[in-house]
Amino acid sequence: MTMISRRTLFKGAGAATLATLASPALAEDKVKVGFIFLGPIGDYGWTWAHNKGREAVEAELGDKVETIYVENVAEDASAIPVLRDLAQQGCKLIFTTSFGYMDQTLEVAAEFPDVKFEHCTGYKRSDNVATYNSRFHEGRAVLGTIAGKMTKSGVVGYLGSFKIPEVVLGVNSFALSAQKQNPAVVVKVLMIDSWFDPPKEAAATETLINLGCDLVTTHTDSPAPLQVLEQKGLFGFGQGADMSAFAPNAHLTAIEDIWGPYYIERTKAILEGTWTSTDTWDGMIDGEVVISPYSAAVTADAAAAADSVKAGYMDGSFNIFTGPIYDQDGVERVKAGEVMGLGDLATMDWFVKGVESAA
Amino acid sequence: MGIDFIIAAIITVVGLTTPILLAGLGELVVEKSGVLNLGVEGMMLVGAISGFAVTVYTFNPWFGVLGAAAGGALASLLFAVLVLQLNSNQVATGLALTIFGTGISSLMGLSFTGRIVMPFASVFPDALAKHEYLRLIFGYSPIVYFALIMVPLTTWFLKSTRAGLILRAVGENDLSAHSIGYSVIKVRYAAIAFGGAMAGIGGCYFSMVITPMWAEKMTAGRGWIALALVVFAGWRTGRLLTGAYFFGILMALELYAKASGFSFLPSQFWAAMPYAMTVVALSFISSRGTAGANAPACLGKPFLPST
Repeated sequence: MTMISRRTLFKGAGAATLATLASPALAEDKVKVGFIFLGPIGDYGWTWAHNKGREAVEAELGDKVETIYVENVAEDASAIPVLRDLAQQGCKLIFTTSFGYMDQTLEVAAEFPDVKFEHCTGYKRSDNVATYNSRFHEGRAVLGTIAGKMTKSGVVGYLGSFKIPEVVLGVNSFALSAQKQNPAVVVKVLMIDSWFDPPKEAAATETLINLGCDLVTTHTDSPAPLQVLEQKGLFGFGQGADMSAFAPNAHLTAIEDIWGPYYIERTKAILEGTWTSTDTWDGMIDGEVVISPYSAAVTADAAAAADSVKAGYMDGSFNIFTGPIYDQDGVERVKAGEVMGLGDLATMDWFVKGVESAA
Repeated sequence: MGIDFIIAAIITVVGLTTPILLAGLGELVVEKSGVLNLGVEGMMLVGAISGFAVTVYTFNPWFGVLGAAAGGALASLLFAVLVLQLNSNQVATGLALTIFGTGISSLMGLSFTGRIVMPFASVFPDALAKHEYLRLIFGYSPIVYFALIMVPLTTWFLKSTRAGLILRAVGENDLSAHSIGYSVIKVRYAAIAFGGAMAGIGGCYFSMVITPMWAEKMTAGRGWIALALVVFAGWRTGRLLTGAYFFGILMALELYAKASGFSFLPSQFWAAMPYAMTVVALSFISSRGTAGANAPACLGKPFLPST
């Protein structure tokens, strides 16, 4: 494992060149795989889960690979030099693990046709840029089911980051699932324009509680909302990883992102020379989205309903995005019996009925 | 919209305000002594992890706060040595302190990730602290009351004590203060350490009160808001208190507006508000011609008695 910051990266690039000159044989033995992360690997959420995936690659492929990661890369033009440096250091495969790296990934990929790139949660591809994503909304359907069963006020909070398809899908899946259990459920959405800002996440959770929510689910990356819920004696869910350590009572269950198998598969494809640009969208059935064990607070009734949703996704018999689905204005967007395809889901930009949101 | 609703909203505002008020007060004293320390964010992070770590080991949040103050002060002394002893550029050194503080706090926090402590909540009995209405007065962490007490104390210190007068003299005209026998360097060391301690306590409000955990970069830019706050307040303690609550209300307003379904202004507008308001306040102050009187005359300049 090589740990580098953006500043030492330049030094590292120089050293790597020297090392290549000194022992070309050694350098060719290992395939270098690069990762850029949005947050710190200690966020115990999104970036933490991706880093677990990186560690899985090292554990599985051992001597054959060397992984390099850069943390805290902003989703702006500053990602470009970071990517360029990783490519120049000899990475053959680079994972860009956030939606906001989309155009930067394509730009740098065009400069390095021999390097393969994998962009997470995006939709733009090229010969050497693949995309991959998780069907997190399947997990959200399980959480929504539990929320629908357990909310007493009928008002549930959804703390989001940005209004991007991934979050919109999460909100809709959650809201539709909760309404299946209790048609009167209202989901209040609050976007805080950040993936990681613990003080703001905490204040936003307090705000949602004050506006009547007795359960708050999060689509941001820190355990801060859970800790607020813990202090108030209310319930919520972990995001990206099992966060029960942070809120033993408030944490009902969590969606865990398991990236390891995909990262191993793609790295093997590089080793074997079989890599092609693909669009992968794995879900629960592939083991990429996993639901943590339920806490003792989850009622038997709620657990049973959640299990049946889970089972439905595991055998492919259930899809929450089955019509009729109405939008916020009550207009029917999906006819009865119709099922939304992955293409429609990937670009979904409207909220379903019962979601209260700003814009 | 009942009284409960308003009380809960006020409690959120207090939570948002307290850390920037503490860090801002510390920075105000530093700047009054003629030193500009842009490392507030870094010192807050060091305070956050120090406070958390001490609480984990001692199970005592009071020691935790002391640890946070010590951590912040230690970090600031690094800055002090560089700018006071070696006369390095204050702006560059302050920025370096932020980068250093971010890094060292992450390093210190490695073994504390994923752990929690009991939140440092109100020490009043539950009958008061959790009472429907009385919690508005009694429902806060001791750090909140400490911050509020420090406002008049700092005012009194700067205005009415001999030491405060010397500190201001050093900030307004270091050479004169030096020529009549005051140690400019010692005064500035003390001011910088005080600023570091206050930033540290502000930082531990995040890791011990709002979210009793450690997460890298958990202050998420509040140090910069504290810096803007000092300028916004025109280096006056009373206005600093008002300004801190004004910023806190703005931050809460954004959340309440959005959660209630209002979207009349883009959220980027709200995020930029504290800084935009600082610019407005600066323009307003300077248009009245008092900016020169407010900003310490030696702010940011190295003390070079030999030249």
